[in-house]
Amino acid sequence: MSHYESPIREPLVLGDKTYHDITEDIVKPIEGKANKNWYIAFYISLAAMLWGFGCIFYTVGTGIGVWGLNKNIGWAWDITNFVWWVGIGHAGTLISAVLLLFRQKWRMAINRSAEAMTIFAVFQAGLFPIIHMGRPWNAYWVLPLPNQFGSLWVNFNSPLLWDVFAISTYLSVSLVFWWTGLLPDFAMIRDRAVKPFQKKIYALLSFGWSGRAKDWQRFEEVSLVLAGLATPLVLSVHTIVSMDFATSINPGWHSTIFPPYFVAGAIFSGFAMVQTLLGIMRKVTNLEDYITRMHIEYMNIVIILTGGIVAVAYATEFFIAWYTGSPYENYTYLSVGAATGPYAWAFYSLLFFNILTPQLLWFKKIRRSFMWTFVISIAINIGMWFERFDIIAIVLSKGHLPSTWWRFEPTFVDVGIFIGTIGFFFVLFLLYARTFPVIAQAEVKTILKSSGEFYKKRSEQGIPTKPAIVLLNNDTMEINPDNNKKE
Amino acid sequence: MYQFSGKLKMLSFALIIFGAIGIGVGFLSTPGSVDDVKEMLSQESSQEDGHESTNQDASVNDHNESTKVIGLDHGDAVHGEHDDEHAEHVYHQLKNRPWSAVYVSLFFFLGISLLVLAFYASQRVAQSAWSVVLFRVMEAITANLVPTSIIMVLVILSASVFHWNHMFVWMTEGTFDPTSENYDAIVDGKSWWINATGWTIRGIVYLAIWNAYRWYIRKNSIAEDTANDNNKTYKKNYNVSVGFLFLFMVTETLMSWDWIMGLDPHWFSTLFGWYILSSLLVSALTVIAFVTIYLRSQGALPGVNDSHVHDLAKFMFGFSIFWTYLWFSQFMLIWYADIPEETTYFVARFEEYKVPFLAMVVMNFVFPVLLLLNSDYKSIPWFIVIGGVVILGGHYIDIFVMVMPATVGGQWYFGFPEIGAVLFFLGIFIYTVFSSFAKANPIPKGNPFLKESEQFHYYNIEHRGESSGDHH
Repeated sequence: MSHYESPIREPLVLGDKTYHDITEDIVKPIEGKANKNWYIAFYISLAAMLWGFGCIFYTVGTGIGVWGLNKNIGWAWDITNFVWWVGIGHAGTLISAVLLLFRQKWRMAINRSAEAMTIFAVFQAGLFPIIHMGRPWNAYWVLPLPNQFGSLWVNFNSPLLWDVFAISTYLSVSLVFWWTGLLPDFAMIRDRAVKPFQKKIYALLSFGWSGRAKDWQRFEEVSLVLAGLATPLVLSVHTIVSMDFATSINPGWHSTIFPPYFVAGAIFSGFAMVQTLLGIMRKVTNLEDYITRMHIEYMNIVIILTGGIVAVAYATEFFIAWYTGSPYENYTYLSVGAATGPYAWAFYSLLFFNILTPQLLWFKKIRRSFMWTFVISIAINIGMWFERFDIIAIVLSKGHLPSTWWRFEPTFVDVGIFIGTIGFFFVLFLLYARTFPVIAQAEVKTILKSSGEFYKKRSEQGIPTKPAIVLLNNDTMEINPDNNKKE
Repeated sequence: MYQFSGKLKMLSFALIIFGAIGIGVGFLSTPGSVDDVKEMLSQESSQEDGHESTNQDASVNDHNESTKVIGLDHGDAVHGEHDDEHAEHVYHQLKNRPWSAVYVSLFFFLGISLLVLAFYASQRVAQSAWSVVLFRVMEAITANLVPTSIIMVLVILSASVFHWNHMFVWMTEGTFDPTSENYDAIVDGKSWWINATGWTIRGIVYLAIWNAYRWYIRKNSIAEDTANDNNKTYKKNYNVSVGFLFLFMVTETLMSWDWIMGLDPHWFSTLFGWYILSSLLVSALTVIAFVTIYLRSQGALPGVNDSHVHDLAKFMFGFSIFWTYLWFSQFMLIWYADIPEETTYFVARFEEYKVPFLAMVVMNFVFPVLLLLNSDYKSIPWFIVIGGVVILGGHYIDIFVMVMPATVGGQWYFGFPEIGAVLFFLGIFIYTVFSSFAKANPIPKGNPFLKESEQFHYYNIEHRGESSGDHH
């Protein structure tokens, strides 16, 4: 692979970094102690999580009736949150798999955390299919296991069953992909650890990685194959989630655009969540040299692109709802009826948070501003929640029969469980940030000499950045010290 | 500089002439009147007793009959009146055939040029380096957008203003007139969108936007070569490409509703615009690969190595799967919910076009996936050519199966007008593309990523047949 990089490209690693500096910067949060702010954030998250668990136990113990659902609106916050969390999870795989296939080097500073986010978000998503069941203790019946009911099996025609396979496969593949990438980094921490307990733990986690040439060769091939598999997986998972709605005959749900549109929305919301998290993380873990303004800008560009795709899909939904000529389509989630009905506030929130606000990112000043990015990313997270809520609740609130028209009001349990999942997510993420290498150091080290600021400047000045081998008089070889500063 | 060889020029002229003859034969062999059709039909039914017409009228767009009866059994030739109606119906379909044959090929070639343009814009916007040495190839292919657009304007005008053909059912006189027997209440309900004036203006606007960008970017891309203005021209091209991609996304969706979905005005699918996009995109990538492989074999592309070809083949592979994903999503969701007004679309296609309908899935998915999965194969030209021919054939059939059931129904076959139209547009394609390629430096010298592109080397590709001097 060529090491040449066009001078027009902005550096991806700022400052005068060496390989050793990268290591030091990344292990600092793991080897150091948590500060007060971390504990405050952790306890708040923990409290939210415990509150959420309380609500879940209350639901399971008492019955689904403690939620705000009614006999017409059988899905509301539960599935909204499910789809929202699954959607958020998609950015991680997109960053590590799709951007790998497209050889985007800027992914290297963010893929680890994005994947962690994926896994923790899928955990949250995975709660909802179980807890929204009336009889969650029979949940294992969804699995096609031989049994004593004359081998009574599941019906493979339901998208809810496809969900089971999609989400569980997605979680397992993401986990394996993530962990494979972590091996060299865990090994690095293991090799530096001074406390025996810590050494033991990281020795276990790193599976005896020793970094030989053959290992690296296989490692790269595995990463590529997994990226090739994860890309169709990430598309199909959210497609299957979208089919929970699109296979139905409800106006507003039955729409063929749902599969790609949900995927685009997932990338949109997922990137927004990555922005929210990394915006804070780069600051508190002092990783500003790795997660640079450039990274934030690139992610914002992906957000504009996917937001644009989502906007085209909205326009399509709106137009085709009219174009069908079917009177039932007049009250789908994006139609004239929805814009004037009792859920108009949800309709306009969707447009405001999801379509209008992200348009600010067209301005270079705004998409390169950390503050603005943070604000807009929060807006998108809200907007994408509304998108799912609108699709689900507005459509169900006015079905084919006027006698079934109903409205949905959430109860404190609905809200409590959602808050609980947010708490749970942050508990996991905060623990992750203190124990895992949040940047894939092995990957970042591969681009240091082509995309690092220091080396880019040198190559522009014509100073060689590849280690030149100098033969000395006594026939010993020495690496040209000029090219290996500090090492 | 590349020289457009006399041989190739001859070939393109020959294709245009033979193609035009084929199309002409198609037009001449259409029946002159309804009576001719009646005679033909009576001969047919005497030849095969109990002739089961394939013309199930399941398709909702069958010349306004759908508002009356769906599922007429034409095999039952007892009622005279019924026979007359049937004959008139077949007459229109037969009249439509040469028009539709031209339309399918025209849309296919126009769409490919458009998607090459969009892909090219995306490569500029993504600041991708690998494809820079292919920029001139892509620009040359987009030259075909000009003649196809002109022919498209003629088709638009002849269909809407002069009413020379019946491809779009809703253009039949009386469709919007409640007193007419051709009145179609459903289409009338959409007259805000489906009307000849709006349709014509919109079509011309889409073509104008695409051609304007093509003209501008081609001019400025050549200007980039000698600009030496600290990348100012390059940045301008970048910004214009961003704007174009935005407009493209919108116009492509609208175009597919107007030009293809509008052929079945009772039917709708929200996915449709993106489905057309995927079909044209994979064809466009295949065409880029073909032209690249050909020009490289002529020694006209010094900067292109096996890695570039490998990347093109990867795109062909990836977007073949993407097409399948959208095809399946659309088909499966409609099949699953089975709502009558949507299902008719596939019923008509499945009953009357079973072979092309199913063959297309094999050609567009199974074959390329099996052929191009192997990394080594993706840089071997003849593998790509075999895969690409099947992909292009498959996507031609895809368009064919979208257009024909709506216009000619059961009266389809693949003969003179269809083959003629393909040859005709292929001839125009070869002529415009290679003469355009000969007009500019094959290497975009001023692009700031050119050096990256020339040094581009995908790590697991063994560069066959290239001496070490060929890549640096």
